[in-house]
Amino acid sequence: MQEHIVSAFECELNSLKNKILKMGGMAESQLRMAIQALKTNDFELAKKTITADAELDKLELEIEELAILIIAKRQPMALDLRRVIVTIRISGDIERIGDLAKNLAKRVIAISGRAPQYLISGLDAMSDLAQQLLKDILNAYAHDNVQQALQVWRRDAELDRLYNSVFGELLIYMMVDKHNISFSTHLLFGAKNIERIGDHATNIAENIHYMVEGELISGERPKSDMTSISNYKFDENTDK
Amino acid sequence: MINTLLEENHMQENSILRAKYAAKNLDVYYADKQALFGINLDIMENQVTSLIGPSGCGKSTLLRCLNRMNDVIDICSVKGSIRLDGQDIYDDGIDVVELRARVGMVFQKPNPFPKSIYDNVAYGPKIHGMIDQKSDADEIVETSLKKAGLWQEVKDRLAAPGTGLSGGQQQRLCIARAIAVNPEVILMDEPCSALDPIATAIIEQLIDELKQKFTIVIVTHSMQQAARVSQKTAFFHLGSLVEFGDTDQIFTNPQNQQTQDYITGRYG
Repeated sequence: MQEHIVSAFECELNSLKNKILKMGGMAESQLRMAIQALKTNDFELAKKTITADAELDKLELEIEELAILIIAKRQPMALDLRRVIVTIRISGDIERIGDLAKNLAKRVIAISGRAPQYLISGLDAMSDLAQQLLKDILNAYAHDNVQQALQVWRRDAELDRLYNSVFGELLIYMMVDKHNISFSTHLLFGAKNIERIGDHATNIAENIHYMVEGELISGERPKSDMTSISNYKFDENTDK
Repeated sequence: MINTLLEENHMQENSILRAKYAAKNLDVYYADKQALFGINLDIMENQVTSLIGPSGCGKSTLLRCLNRMNDVIDICSVKGSIRLDGQDIYDDGIDVVELRARVGMVFQKPNPFPKSIYDNVAYGPKIHGMIDQKSDADEIVETSLKKAGLWQEVKDRLAAPGTGLSGGQQQRLCIARAIAVNPEVILMDEPCSALDPIATAIIEQLIDELKQKFTIVIVTHSMQQAARVSQKTAFFHLGSLVEFGDTDQIFTNPQNQQTQDYITGRYG
């Protein structure tokens, strides 16, 4: 792709991109910190994760302001227009990912080390995959790589499958002893948070596809979350 | 839901549309130099079609072919065909004066005659024999000025010279003059390039209203203007039609790399 005749415009678009990548890196590390805090029952690290989220929110605002400024000043067209709009959407997704990591960190304090390690390891595996998806999707964004974005889009189903098994495991644990219900519920919410992070990664994938191709991804995304009624096939005409 | 509605609207719009103009294999030469290469283009009735592209791309040449303004240039020759309602406007039997009554034109720089506001509008209908008595002229002047959105501003000074109006008002006077002879098509060659943003907005609003009654073809250097006022956009480069399609699509997702580079400001 050729550069713009107006180099300041080029700089602004690059700045937008760099801010997204920075945001993504921060969200990734927040998730890593949250799961580490959970595994080691580290309150300090959990608190640090919670406070780190403010930085992410700040960056989201910066991106939004810059995007609005670009629209006002440059009136971007075609690919540039899609890039700016998509950047606003992606920053929203990353901000939500940060919130979910923060929420996971809060559970560390609520659980207070009462959960057995092997239950936590289910969440750990989920978090590993979520981090990988996040890393891949940021890479795809950095290089306008639609193929890599599509891979992430498809791989989210793996995260759903892990979530299903964690869900089942926790249910059994709760049935065995009612004293397990409290921390198991917290773990369940934590697992759900990580599963949601995967969904945001797929949102980003869809946006990258739109940004590069100018079209929405066709076809239904593979889903494997069997724990909710949402997999029930509603009559297509009724939910419009 | 909204999407579906938009699509339905679009389909309805498309279903009643017909081609006002059809250019087929159009080549235009200025002496030995070829300015347009094999243009095939349909211009839909009651739509605004914008012609965009860098200077010298042939967009104004095409516009001038549509009412045979190029005839006045001796060295200009045209091959291929342009059909208006199915009839080739370059056929020998065509009355060029009548053609130009059917196809009006508005230029880049407002060019009112050095006459009164009234006479500027009444002149065309007079020479085309559309006026039998004074009351006919009065009516045409009033309705034309109303359609051009100028009536309220000038109704008390119709005898004042047209050249005394502001630039934006002069341009609307030229539009009133163009529509006074009841044309079917209005060609506009960068009609807002000499106007301030408010006057531009008024003309754009006017274009939007005029398309109910007329077919409009506009040459513009402002991408934003093309995006705002037109339903179809044609991008020209070096005398060729590079891409033609729905304006909504051209400016959000052009299919051709050259179009993309031009509208995003990557070459000029």
